[in-house]
Amino acid sequence: MLNLADAVQSALNPQSPVSQEIATLGWVMIAGAALIFLAVLALTLYALFARDEARAVLGGRELILYGGVVFPVVSLSALLVYALLTADRIVTRDEPAAVRIEVIGEQFWWRVNYLDAAGYTDAVTANEIHLPAGQAVDMDVTSEDVIHSFWVPSLAGKVDMFPGRSNRLRLKTDRLGVWRGQCAEYCGAQHAKMAFHVVVETPEEFAAWLAAQRRPAAEPLDPFSQRGKTLFLSKECGKKKCCADCHSIRGTPAKEEEGPDLTHVGSRRWIVAGTFPNNVGTLAGWIASARHLKPGAGMPSFDRYGGEDLRALAAYMESLK
Amino acid sequence: MTASTEPKMEYPNPLPRPEEELPLLEKIWNPPSGWSFITVVNNEYVGLFYVGAAFLFFLLAGVLALIMRTQLAVPENDLVSQGLYNQLFTMHGTVMMFLFAVPAMEALSVLLLPNMQAARDLPFPRLSAYAFWAYFVGGLIFFCSIFFDLAPSGGWFMYPPLTSHEYSPGHGADFWLLGIGFIEISAIAGAIEIVIGVLLTRAPGMSLDKMPIYCWSMLVFAGMVILAFPAVIVATALLELERSFHWPFFIAAKGGDPLLWQHLFWIFGHPDVYIMFLPAAGLVSMMVPAMAQKPLVGYRLIVLALIGTGFLSFALWVHHMYATGIPQLSLSFFNAASMAVTVPSAIQIFAWIATFAAGRLQFKTPTLFILAFLFVFVIGGLSGVMVAVVPFDWQAHDTYFIVAHLHYVVFGGMVFPLFATFYYWIPYVSEKPLSERLGRWVCGLIFIGFNLTFFPMHITGLLGMPRRVYTYPAGMGWEGLNLTSTVGAYLIAAGVLVFLVDLARNFRPFTPKKAGNVWNAGTLEWLPAGEYAARSIPIVTSREPLWDQPNLARDVEAGRYYLPGAPTGRRETIITSPIDARPLYILQMPGASWPTVLAAFGTAVFFLLLTVKLVVPALFAGVFTIAMAICWMWSTDPGPSHPPIDIGGGIKLPVYVTGPMSHSWWAMVVLIVVSLSQLGCLLFAYFFLWTVSPEVWPVGGAALPVADYPFAAVLLLVLSSCAMAYASRALRAARSWPVRFSLLSAIPLLVAAFGVELYAHWQSGLRPTDSSYAAAVYTFIATQGFFVAVVAVMGLYTLARSLCGLLNGRRRATFDNTMLFWHYTVFQGLAMLAVVHVFPRLLE
Repeated sequence: MLNLADAVQSALNPQSPVSQEIATLGWVMIAGAALIFLAVLALTLYALFARDEARAVLGGRELILYGGVVFPVVSLSALLVYALLTADRIVTRDEPAAVRIEVIGEQFWWRVNYLDAAGYTDAVTANEIHLPAGQAVDMDVTSEDVIHSFWVPSLAGKVDMFPGRSNRLRLKTDRLGVWRGQCAEYCGAQHAKMAFHVVVETPEEFAAWLAAQRRPAAEPLDPFSQRGKTLFLSKECGKKKCCADCHSIRGTPAKEEEGPDLTHVGSRRWIVAGTFPNNVGTLAGWIASARHLKPGAGMPSFDRYGGEDLRALAAYMESLK
Repeated sequence: MTASTEPKMEYPNPLPRPEEELPLLEKIWNPPSGWSFITVVNNEYVGLFYVGAAFLFFLLAGVLALIMRTQLAVPENDLVSQGLYNQLFTMHGTVMMFLFAVPAMEALSVLLLPNMQAARDLPFPRLSAYAFWAYFVGGLIFFCSIFFDLAPSGGWFMYPPLTSHEYSPGHGADFWLLGIGFIEISAIAGAIEIVIGVLLTRAPGMSLDKMPIYCWSMLVFAGMVILAFPAVIVATALLELERSFHWPFFIAAKGGDPLLWQHLFWIFGHPDVYIMFLPAAGLVSMMVPAMAQKPLVGYRLIVLALIGTGFLSFALWVHHMYATGIPQLSLSFFNAASMAVTVPSAIQIFAWIATFAAGRLQFKTPTLFILAFLFVFVIGGLSGVMVAVVPFDWQAHDTYFIVAHLHYVVFGGMVFPLFATFYYWIPYVSEKPLSERLGRWVCGLIFIGFNLTFFPMHITGLLGMPRRVYTYPAGMGWEGLNLTSTVGAYLIAAGVLVFLVDLARNFRPFTPKKAGNVWNAGTLEWLPAGEYAARSIPIVTSREPLWDQPNLARDVEAGRYYLPGAPTGRRETIITSPIDARPLYILQMPGASWPTVLAAFGTAVFFLLLTVKLVVPALFAGVFTIAMAICWMWSTDPGPSHPPIDIGGGIKLPVYVTGPMSHSWWAMVVLIVVSLSQLGCLLFAYFFLWTVSPEVWPVGGAALPVADYPFAAVLLLVLSSCAMAYASRALRAARSWPVRFSLLSAIPLLVAAFGVELYAHWQSGLRPTDSSYAAAVYTFIATQGFFVAVVAVMGLYTLARSLCGLLNGRRRATFDNTMLFWHYTVFQGLAMLAVVHVFPRLLE
């Protein structure tokens, strides 16, 4: 069993002003709904079981007009004003974004591009998004294939990702921590295993992280990881496409962008779109049997590699901090 | 009620009735026996088959749900694969919505509606039989796809691009698109019949304000089907064109937009929720007064609420699309509209509570189900208000909160009333009522099971669990809630099992003896009835005739009221005026027929073969179907075969009328409304795509064919309509050959107009796969081509009737209907030409 305690994914655990506003709105409505429900229940029981002359009072058009027209019109009008004001506060952006991130949904993972001031890609990563605490961040979300939906309930409501369209979501929170998100629009075979994590850190930590992500991959130091690198770049993997035919590791000849960028895969907390914690064991297991662990995903199972090769590949991946 | 003082009443027909009258009536209405039994068209039989089939699909889709709940009982379960799970939830949603909920409501109306209005049958009995068989055979084929791993897996909402050719190769999505498109056509056929049935076949005196609430709810239901279903038919046609021929409606790279599908789908999909709920509410409004032994409080308010719901439901569709990035201002409108629709539902709820208070409720099984319905539906309505609120929905959307909400509304609003209906109306068709003791178990198990299943899902959703996931990791705090839901699901299943036991022990339909009016209800379906429905058709003076007119049942059965026999020797019912239900004429109705059933099988086989791309065999099936339909039609339109008939009380009615007097003419008008709705959806698609991708439009008309082509097409269309108008005049003047000549020339004119438009675009180099613009243009052309083909067949059929001497100045209903649809087709062609050739020229 995985320990997900540090990565909450719950609208009832709001960690940003926006999700707090929505949670408050939700609790107000839940309380109101509970009261109205109890009132209707009480009224029904009264209509059924009170003394005849008492319950006869309810047996006319007045009940319908007051209960069915006046009460809903009044209460819903009030709720509508509250709801629209809340929505307005959420979509109003009164400060420029400090960071812009493009998130592209793909079957079944998340491509994450940090954009510079001019809108060009500055750093590329996947399935793990880092944010500076206290700063406004704009997420420009779109899709490469089918419709997905970007949702980190602890930080904000969801927004759909369409091919050919871009939607913008503003995130801002002071709370440091890791929050889990998940695709919320059914997107095919492995919709269930398309999660990601949002790491909120201090602006200093964030700047350091981003600087590290920009750098090309470090050369592996030990021979075992070296062997993993050689395997990674090899064309002899027994499949139509080998590692470097789909993944890129900047600073090496691997430059293909079909799958997630692995330049700093070792620095990520999770692999396989938030499915497994990142360690040598899960990395090796994933390389060996991706088709079994996540059928329908693009990654093949490299079942020809022996245990030693797999551990070497995993060690190389882990070294890519 | 003055009519209630018995002996003063003047009855239309004297007693005793002639001895041979009743045996003749029985003989005419008896269902066929032996193998031919399946050709039966009597509404009681077709209605029961229909309800049974819908309930079968409820059971099948329920089993799929049980498998899903078992899979989700524990995290990381591997009982079913992701591939199968995705098929399961797609089929569960699709079967419940399209093969259970809507058909069940149409089925009940076939069973109940004519009798509530004391009509002998629905106005087009063969059409109901056709709709049933087409739905049943087509539905079974569709369901069986899951046994062959061929079922669709794109969700019941089928969002492209996931469901288009690139991401869903294989036949699964085609099964959905063709299967559902076809079943929707059957639903529309049923809706046309309901509109005509409610408006034109009520008992004399049953003016609109005395009509049972159920009839009102079915009228609104049918109106909504007529306006909403064309949207989903258009959407499925567009997606099938994209899948099969790569016409890019939804592909962003070619100027298409996946959002177009969502708009069309929800323009249908939201009204569909009320399409399921309104008839159920109508049924509740019938049962509550009977169980409380008091007339419904607030009849007029409820009628207004039903109509209001119908209108409002078309202004809500975007609340399924709050997270798609539509501007906040638009969302605010839909937020307000979604809240407003609460009011008509609240009116109905308080009207029922007021009726409880006015009367004294008998706590029988139907009552228990109605109380369960109220409990569940109020919660569903309240959670509906919550998800109507835009910011809250940004969190709740596509999570288990929505799964909870929609089941509270749909299961609560439709399935609980349906079980109440079973317990309440089974004495109407069965020798024995169902068991009260078992009924309480059924209600208790389903009610507890339902709340145990679905209430926790509100919390599961807010705790972050998305919908449509085949598994979930442990440690998210979702385990206990999911296990509870699974236990609840098995309790529901147990309740349904007890119901099946009850049915097996007590349900005895198709017998001459019925348990009858065990609830002392006040409406006409409880009149004693034979295969011919009521022996004579009563004069209605109030909303609960059986309460207000003592001895009504006895007098009706004695034959004292209108039309106590079958004077023309055929099946008949009285057509009455839409508002005040004055008798207008005698409708002679067709009886059992093989071609009808064979046409239904043919239609189902045609769509199946098309799905698996066996085009040539499909064409054979199509031709067979059309041949059968023509056989079936041939004996209709009998003409003035009989002099006017005295139905009693000095009322003499003609047996044949044509033009705007005729029910079939009005059915054609309703079909034209369906076609207009379809045209509206196509126009919406054209303009929507233009707003999304103006860059692929021929701005200023530069790339359009020269104006000569559309002018020629317009001329040909107008000439074709003129030829029909001339034929109409010649028919009145009883000149056969001019009629035939005009008919024969109108067809090529129409075909030529279609050909000119097709050629114009083709020679300009435009190909439907080029862009969303090109696809939209060719869709107009293809649609027009389809209508031209239909109208040409109708024209040739009319010509054939003329040549056989079955068409003349008085016997001309066939011609009038053909002409009406002809003019519509010409109008549609002109409208499409105007849009395609004028609009781009206006752009700068």
